[in-house]
Amino acid sequence: MQVPILKQGSYLIASIQSALTDADLVQLRESLVEQVGRYRSRGVIVDVTALDVMDSFASRILRDIATMIKLRGAETVIVGIDPDVALAMVRLGLNLEGVATSLDLEEGLAFLEARTKSERRR
Amino acid sequence: MTEPAPAPDVRVPVASDIDIVSARQQGRALAMQLGFSSSDATMVATAISELARNIVLYAKRGEIVLAAVVNSEHRGLAITACDNGDGIADIRQALQDGYSTSGRMGVGLPGVKRLMDEFEISSTVGKGTVVSVKKWGR
Repeated sequence: MQVPILKQGSYLIASIQSALTDADLVQLRESLVEQVGRYRSRGVIVDVTALDVMDSFASRILRDIATMIKLRGAETVIVGIDPDVALAMVRLGLNLEGVATSLDLEEGLAFLEARTKSERRR
Repeated sequence: MTEPAPAPDVRVPVASDIDIVSARQQGRALAMQLGFSSSDATMVATAISELARNIVLYAKRGEIVLAAVVNSEHRGLAITACDNGDGIADIRQALQDGYSTSGRMGVGLPGVKRLMDEFEISSTVGKGTVVSVKKWGR
């Protein structure tokens, strides 16, 4: 199932609605990297609240997304990692190192606001 | 009233990324049926996802078998992942953190071991691999 991507001002919000196959995740990565250029977005939020399993593949794709978006000149934040999912990730040895995370969509937007504002000032 | 009949084993053929999702969803459903906490059910689903992915990556196809098990105190869930792939030449190495022959992952089997309560593996080069894991309810 394809992940809907909403354009909200200078941000893109990808809101995962259901379980995703590996192919869906790869598709999400490609769409975000392409759309961040098309819409000249400053930031990307990936909302994983509805994701019930974060395995090694999913977390690798999220790391890819954050790195590729960074290389395209924008910021990424992952929001909504469920407490059970967080525990399973820790046991599995996944830590999403180097990827910004926030509690929920609201916090994620605040994070991007702060991050993209300070970059404009520089 | 007699004890309800044990649920029959659930066999999930695994040959694609869609099967990985299907296997872990069926595993979660069975874990919930057995009265597992949601965090234990998530660990079960995550372990199944990794085991099924190993099958697709290394052996192309195989099977995940889910079964309800009991010991003297608890109900549990047994997961068996089997394939007829190339097998693992050095199991000790495969159980080391950060080791991956595909170069694609690096959590693999040690991660699965940490998610579950019991872990067994047997593999024959040229014949295939069987990974059996169990999670007990609390």
